[in-house]
Amino acid sequence: MKPKAAHTEVISPSGQRKEVIRIRDLKKSFGENHVLRGFDLTLYEGENLVVMGKSGSGKSVMIKCLVGLMEGDEGSVEVLGQPISSLDQHDLDQLRSDIGFLFQGSALYDSMTVRENLEFPMRRHREKLGHVKDTLPLVMEALENVGLAHTLDLMPAELSGGMKRRVALARTLILQPKLILYDEPTSGLDPITSKEIIELMREIQHKYGTSSLIITHDVDCARVISERILLLVDGVNYAEGSYRELSGSTDPKIEVFFKK
Amino acid sequence: MNQSRTITDQIKDFLVETGQLAAFGGRFFREVFRAPYEFREFVRQCYQMGNRSLVLVLVTGFIIGLVLTLQTRPTLIEFGAESWMPDMVGISIVREIGPVIIALICAGRIASGIGAELGSMRVTEQIDAMEVSGTNPFNYLVVTRILATTLMLPLLVIFGDLIALGGSALVENLKGGMSFTLYFNKVFNALSFGDFIPATVKSFFFGFVIGLVGCYKGYHCKKGTAGVGKAANTAVVTASLLVFFVDFMAVFIADIFYEL
Repeated sequence: MKPKAAHTEVISPSGQRKEVIRIRDLKKSFGENHVLRGFDLTLYEGENLVVMGKSGSGKSVMIKCLVGLMEGDEGSVEVLGQPISSLDQHDLDQLRSDIGFLFQGSALYDSMTVRENLEFPMRRHREKLGHVKDTLPLVMEALENVGLAHTLDLMPAELSGGMKRRVALARTLILQPKLILYDEPTSGLDPITSKEIIELMREIQHKYGTSSLIITHDVDCARVISERILLLVDGVNYAEGSYRELSGSTDPKIEVFFKK
Repeated sequence: MNQSRTITDQIKDFLVETGQLAAFGGRFFREVFRAPYEFREFVRQCYQMGNRSLVLVLVTGFIIGLVLTLQTRPTLIEFGAESWMPDMVGISIVREIGPVIIALICAGRIASGIGAELGSMRVTEQIDAMEVSGTNPFNYLVVTRILATTLMLPLLVIFGDLIALGGSALVENLKGGMSFTLYFNKVFNALSFGDFIPATVKSFFFGFVIGLVGCYKGYHCKKGTAGVGKAANTAVVTASLLVFFVDFMAVFIADIFYEL
């Protein structure tokens, strides 16, 4: 596997699949700190793409640009065929209802119960769910998907780290997204809980056929879940390929990610 | 040289911070009239800020009334002006001491609470999670809290004033044998709408600045958990200073009207 130069056009593995995310030449700086220096990425429908990179390499900045939490300085970002930077607030909110975002620290609302946490995203997107009056069945279904139906009335403070992550995953599923973005889904979890989360991510992908973009340092997570891995080094694409291709590379900059 | 640069930088930081706070206030006025209206959250915040601050305000108000009367009584007796006690205490509490002290207590309790709560939500990405779910976090978190403090503070001041007068009446009853009826008759004879209205109007502004500063500090919290402590701390200091500034402006403006 040879390192892939930045700005190179990515070709769909099948040659047919629809693009869900398309990032071209994305640049983002914070003062003198140039985090992204011309990053390209394409995610295809139904695909699991893992982005790996060292801390501070711009992975989280990139994922935040995808949902409009940050704006790139240059370049284009298209999600589900829509250019993020030119959407007005209403259209951006509509688009966001098709995107699930699992935050690194779960980001459950402390002051709300598990049920209220899951109901919260539904407040602005009732029409998408057919204007349902009773949200409980939807909440229960999402919680059953992650095996935590019994936590309905608990507060986030009463849950363990792994349970919080699973509830957060249920919250991302509640609006039936077409695309799920995972920001370090296994960080801070013990190896057993990490395996459970990875297995859950696989099940969800199989069940709902969502496309997934996963940012992780976790090699096991990348091995199990990825169809394609993209390595981000110093704010640009450094290499791209399957787990087998990249883990067998002798390039020192690639090897360092896959050493155990 | 270095010292002069530091002073220049501090002045610059102060001006930037003042400008950002003003812009934040401007955003509040733009968003407050914009649907969707978060009525349930507004009522919840009124309960949190009003009901949960009530005991503190009542206890403080009662002690202020007691202490003010006990401290002033010997001097008034010396000048044979003991009968003026209800007039003096009534006017000083309703015009100045009640609103300012209760506003300072609320700055300590409410501004720090809001600063810490929103700060913690910012650093744990809960505010980002709200935005990604299609809810306007400014509308949901900031507008509701500022409206709640603006509405609740005058009510707390009224309750605080009444209980302070009650404390004063108790001292007069026990030490001077004055009946409660006579005490309150004298207080209400001494007071006019000119005392009550400016004090109530400025309480709305006190509530507004307390909510505004608390929300601003929390919403723009940075640098992890240390930033949360800093947000809570600076919220109290800034809100307290602004309470004095608003009080000065209110007295200044009221004075102009009375002159006219």
